[in-house]
Amino acid sequence: MAKKMVELSQSIAYEDETPTKKKKSNRKVTQIALSLLLPVLLLALWIFVTATGRVSSYQLPSPLAVIETIQGLAVDGTLWGHLGITVYRVFVGSFIGTVLAVVLGSIVGFYRKAERIFDPMIQAFKSIPSLAWVPLFILWMGIGEPSKISLIAVGVFFPVYLNVVSGILNVDRKLIEVGKVAGFSHYELVRRIILPASLPSFFTGLRSGLGLGWMFVVAAELMGASKGLGYLLVIGQNSSAPDLIIGSIILFAIVGKLTDWLIKLVEDRVLKWRDNSVIGG
Amino acid sequence: MVLEVKRLSRIFDNQNGVKNVSFYANEGETIGLIGKSGSGKSTILRTIAGLDKDYNGDIVIAGDKINGPHPEVGVVFQEARLFPWLTVLENVTFTLKGDPKGNNELAKKLLKQVGLSGAENLYVKELSGGMAQRVSIARAVAAKPGLLLMDEPFSALDAFTKMQLQDLMLDIWQEEKVTTVIVTHDIDEALYLCDRIILLSGKPGEVEREFVIDEPRPRDRASEELASMKKKILQTLQIEAVRV
Repeated sequence: MAKKMVELSQSIAYEDETPTKKKKSNRKVTQIALSLLLPVLLLALWIFVTATGRVSSYQLPSPLAVIETIQGLAVDGTLWGHLGITVYRVFVGSFIGTVLAVVLGSIVGFYRKAERIFDPMIQAFKSIPSLAWVPLFILWMGIGEPSKISLIAVGVFFPVYLNVVSGILNVDRKLIEVGKVAGFSHYELVRRIILPASLPSFFTGLRSGLGLGWMFVVAAELMGASKGLGYLLVIGQNSSAPDLIIGSIILFAIVGKLTDWLIKLVEDRVLKWRDNSVIGG
Repeated sequence: MVLEVKRLSRIFDNQNGVKNVSFYANEGETIGLIGKSGSGKSTILRTIAGLDKDYNGDIVIAGDKINGPHPEVGVVFQEARLFPWLTVLENVTFTLKGDPKGNNELAKKLLKQVGLSGAENLYVKELSGGMAQRVSIARAVAAKPGLLLMDEPFSALDAFTKMQLQDLMLDIWQEEKVTTVIVTHDIDEALYLCDRIILLSGKPGEVEREFVIDEPRPRDRASEELASMKKKILQTLQIEAVRV
């Protein structure tokens, strides 16, 4: 009797509610169409107002002019230098900020005493608008790379730090108890339960941190640089070239989105166990 | 004697908890702890598991007076408490030490026994409540505990799944003969599974009475012996209700 019931229930394991492939791809097409609707309309409006001369070209150049400007930079090779240095600054700054945030965040998350020591101070620093550091950093480090990278690191630090701390503090005590019953050492509890459990929170912090990193690189390059996408913005302003400004803005958007997408890709791979059905479906 | 609880007391501010509770479990026995909520059933189990240290009295497991989690103890909690970042198979082997290959073999065998062969590589999000609890049972049994503690293990499941898992436990006991203490508020469940039932009453809870069930297992859920025993238990609980 007992055995039979157990066998019967085996089929539960194979039940799957995923819709058929065709349905799924259909839905995907509609989703993409929906998300493209607004950009296409905006682009059409842009073409319309510039082609009909409703807005003069020294204020808003046509999309084609913007593309030509970007193309020109790409062809003479200067684009890659500007793009490269900006990406380099964001990555190095974000890396330093993230490493510091993870180290400090882990210490504060694990040790109550460290929380008492560090957290009030960090919370106070958090309320300083990060751009307020700009003059100080320039004074200390000049307008070279160190001041720019520091500024980006400061910007990235806070979201990552806050998420690491809350990720660790919010690990389900019930899961930790499973490890305790199994006789795990303190180190094993941290490595095998607390760290993996706080990983989703870390990725959330990393993504918003990198977003801020892109924001801060603009500020850093506006404050004085001889290369970089932000520098192109300054050139565009000084030489009244709106096509250069808009071109740089678009490039910022593209690389910013690209890096976020890359992290999302890693995140989805690392966190494929996550239950997203509530949001996605 | 696998487990001996001697004059265990742990009383919380709101008078929940237990007072002067003593009982024991012999090798291979299944002991049921029942009582109304607030009578400290789960408190007893948590202290035996070594998760709460703030108590008076002694708990002796396999001859050792415990001070924290004992290596011989395995626990099945009310919630499955699986690790969502691990697959079903990894969850079962998670707490095991030693040769990973042998552990995997053992885990596969146990998963088959709990009716989940083929589900080894699923993640927790893909499991139903009943499946998750099966994995949690497999995980606890995999460590070959000398003493298995179960804290209302089936109370969150629907009636049918519950009965399936009770039968599953009977199978496991038949094979592994593991000494078990099971906390439940379901009298029928205790009557169906246990050799002895310890009834707690009052607030903080004290041992009110012990019932011995001699019937061999598997038992008939609707048998007259169990029904008359249930009547006695209900009466005992009733007396307490009048007294309060």
